Amino acid sequence: MLLTLSITPMQLYGQLLIGLINGSFYALLSMGLAVIFGMLNVVNFAHGAFYMVGAFVAYFLLQYGGMNYWAALVLSPLIVGLLGALVERTIIRRLAGLDHLYGLLLTFGLALVIEGLFQNEFGSSGKPYPTPPALSGAYNLGFMFLPKYRAWVIVCSFVACMATWFAIERTRLGAYLRAATENPSLVRAFGVNVPLMITATYGFGVALAAFAGVLAAPIYQVRPGMGADIIAVVFAVVVIGGMGSILGSILTGFTLGVIEGLTKVFYPEISNTVVFVIMAIVLIIRPSGLFGRAI
Amino acid sequence: MSALASAAPARASHDARDFALAGVLMIAAIVAAPFFVYPFFVMQMLCVALFACAFNLLIGYVGLLSFGHAMFFGMASYVSAHAAKEWGLDPEFAILCGVGVAAAMGLVSGALAIRSKGIYFAMITVALSQMVYFFCVQAPFTHGEDGIQSVPQGRVFGLVSLADSATLYVFVALVFLIGFFVVYRTINSPFGEILKAIRENEPRATSLGYRVMRYKLMAFVLSAALAGLAGATKALVVQNASLSDVGFQMSGEVVLMTLLGGMGTLYGPVVGAVVVVAMQNYLAQYGQWVTVMQGAVFVACVLLFRRGIVGEIAKWARLAL
Amino acid sequence: MIEAALKVAGLEAWYDESHILHGVNFEVRPGEVVTLLGRNGAGKTTTLKSIMGIVGKRKGSAQYGGRETVGLSSDRIARLGVALCPEERGIFHSLSVRENLMLPPRVAPTGGLTLDQIFTLFPNIKERLSSGGGKLSGGEQQMLAIARILRTGARFLMLDEPTEGLAPVIIQQIGRTIGELKKAGFTILLVEQNFRWASTLADRFYVMEHGRIIDAFAAKDLTANMDKLHDYLGV
Repeated sequence: MLLTLSITPMQLYGQLLIGLINGSFYALLSMGLAVIFGMLNVVNFAHGAFYMVGAFVAYFLLQYGGMNYWAALVLSPLIVGLLGALVERTIIRRLAGLDHLYGLLLTFGLALVIEGLFQNEFGSSGKPYPTPPALSGAYNLGFMFLPKYRAWVIVCSFVACMATWFAIERTRLGAYLRAATENPSLVRAFGVNVPLMITATYGFGVALAAFAGVLAAPIYQVRPGMGADIIAVVFAVVVIGGMGSILGSILTGFTLGVIEGLTKVFYPEISNTVVFVIMAIVLIIRPSGLFGRAI
Repeated sequence: MSALASAAPARASHDARDFALAGVLMIAAIVAAPFFVYPFFVMQMLCVALFACAFNLLIGYVGLLSFGHAMFFGMASYVSAHAAKEWGLDPEFAILCGVGVAAAMGLVSGALAIRSKGIYFAMITVALSQMVYFFCVQAPFTHGEDGIQSVPQGRVFGLVSLADSATLYVFVALVFLIGFFVVYRTINSPFGEILKAIRENEPRATSLGYRVMRYKLMAFVLSAALAGLAGATKALVVQNASLSDVGFQMSGEVVLMTLLGGMGTLYGPVVGAVVVVAMQNYLAQYGQWVTVMQGAVFVACVLLFRRGIVGEIAKWARLAL
Repeated sequence: MIEAALKVAGLEAWYDESHILHGVNFEVRPGEVVTLLGRNGAGKTTTLKSIMGIVGKRKGSAQYGGRETVGLSSDRIARLGVALCPEERGIFHSLSVRENLMLPPRVAPTGGLTLDQIFTLFPNIKERLSSGGGKLSGGEQQMLAIARILRTGARFLMLDEPTEGLAPVIIQQIGRTIGELKKAGFTILLVEQNFRWASTLADRFYVMEHGRIIDAFAAKDLTANMDKLHDYLGV
């Protein structure tokens, strides 16, 4: 069957793998968007920009601090998370009580500022970021070669997603978060410092984006435009999955990455648009998304 | 949508005199501008201003934020360029083709998007326009990165050549004024009143028996068609159509123009377009600082003056603009 | 003279532009059960919310244990030992019953009921711990809403219409619970429409109208004031 389409199994597995990698990033980013939206009612248009900044911080740490990938994987999300918390405290907080659309407009403006600054400094070309030595090379699985770093990215983002899911659905802190998503003023009246939680949530959400950025750095190049390229797809993923469920956004992210990868094998012409086509179909069938609540 | 609505000054009773006065000023400015500014620049400005007015019809009067309006502008610009160059159509028919395609796209994408509201609607329009963008990157007729170059301007009704820059200027000014008048008539018609009622309180409009979805869709298609009119005309002015007109940045810019000028004000988008295009022009030599400035203006508008320039002036001078 | 647990003086409150409370004065002494009566819209719920710090704007004074609360954020007020059981009950649907019960953080190291004590008061809750918060009946929701503020160590409880819309047998159970809480030394401020029921629990009553306290009397004077009360409440 595969041979009749003149597609080798190698190609198929290769694209599946790329699909899973892209899916990892879609899942991490759309989950972060969903977490932020739940708490702040802001669709964080700057999410792609923070993803890009995460990759650049890793690049800076290596270039100017001599710090390796592993240090960057921890430090970059931390730094970007703090930056995000600062942005929330100083800017986003002022939107309280306004229509949700203003959050979108504001964070879109922030994304332009951040991306413009990086483009000024680094142009639009990419900076290479080396694969950490411990993860270079590949596993021979018999039917294909699996580059170690790619396997790491998939496992790592899957673990990060599940850890986030666990923290939100199964811990006390997560219960505060879910409760505050429903009724922030009551949670606050119970003695919880909700404004602090909101800041922390935004910081955490963009830290996830930065984490994805560091993971992406050795695969793609570190480019000022890398966030703007991915954000529209991530929005489509969020629309398809709906914003109501963390597990839903993880599942949707990985699945759409894989579908996109498969499309590259069987019908490459539409591989760029397949996610949007799926979105259109889902919207016809379920306007609030596969796992969504109406918003 | 109520917060957005209240950011736009309530205008239950339109003060026709204010509108007319501002209209006379605007027409005077259009007539005078080519004597002071490079006419080519003014024509581009007029096209973009019409685009912003089309966009404002949705955000300002229906409360729908489209973050993908460049898909109509850009696609119409491709279609009219293609029709003029490859099919040799007269400019008015080339533009009509562009408008028709934009309206059809508006019908399809609107039908998909209008069932959702607020930020969901915005995200859907982002995604749909990205899809159109990728289509334009790949489709043969757009010539990808090269775009459609040296589009002939042709003769209106086979008679009046647009290659003459004064004639072209009059033509573009007329197209703009017609488009602007359509917007004005729309928002001051019973249809426009229903749109505003939907924006203020959709459940109530539904309970009054209005088929809200149908009205929203009609507004969406009209807005798409007018955006198409702007894009199709622009292709003839600059004699090319390129990916930048259909790209995401263009969608963002039209949002910025409208926000800066004043959402839900008739003249706001025009003022916003003039400011943004002028800013682009003067900052062009500083590379990406344009983007940074635009982002900063976005942030400033949202935090400091949500009524926009015209909205603030209207409030300050107690005018209906 | 016993120092008041809660002393409200000249309290004003606004929602957005509308001025709801126009100078409310009353006090609740330690260990008392005090009931606010009044017609719908008199400002009873707003009074509770103002004490809790969850209205738009406040002026005047509301001291709890000698500490001024006007000007504090609601989380700070809660950590003084004040807890509110809201009229709409505020059960979180995305949380299980157990999570709802355990949600409010401890505000004092001692003084809260243990889980066993809570389950003795509300046996139904124990059986439903793993259900979703949205799956409870109205009565169960009300019990859970009261139960979860008993754990935290807050000693001043504000209950907003705890009997609203509930069956008589459940109203009785809630009445018994409030009696037990009083015995255990909790101070309680109650908003209630059902003043006959409230009269079996409360030490004193305040009557509100148009955002002000217009009358006050002790429980023992209730029967003597019945006519006046009917007049105030329009029943």
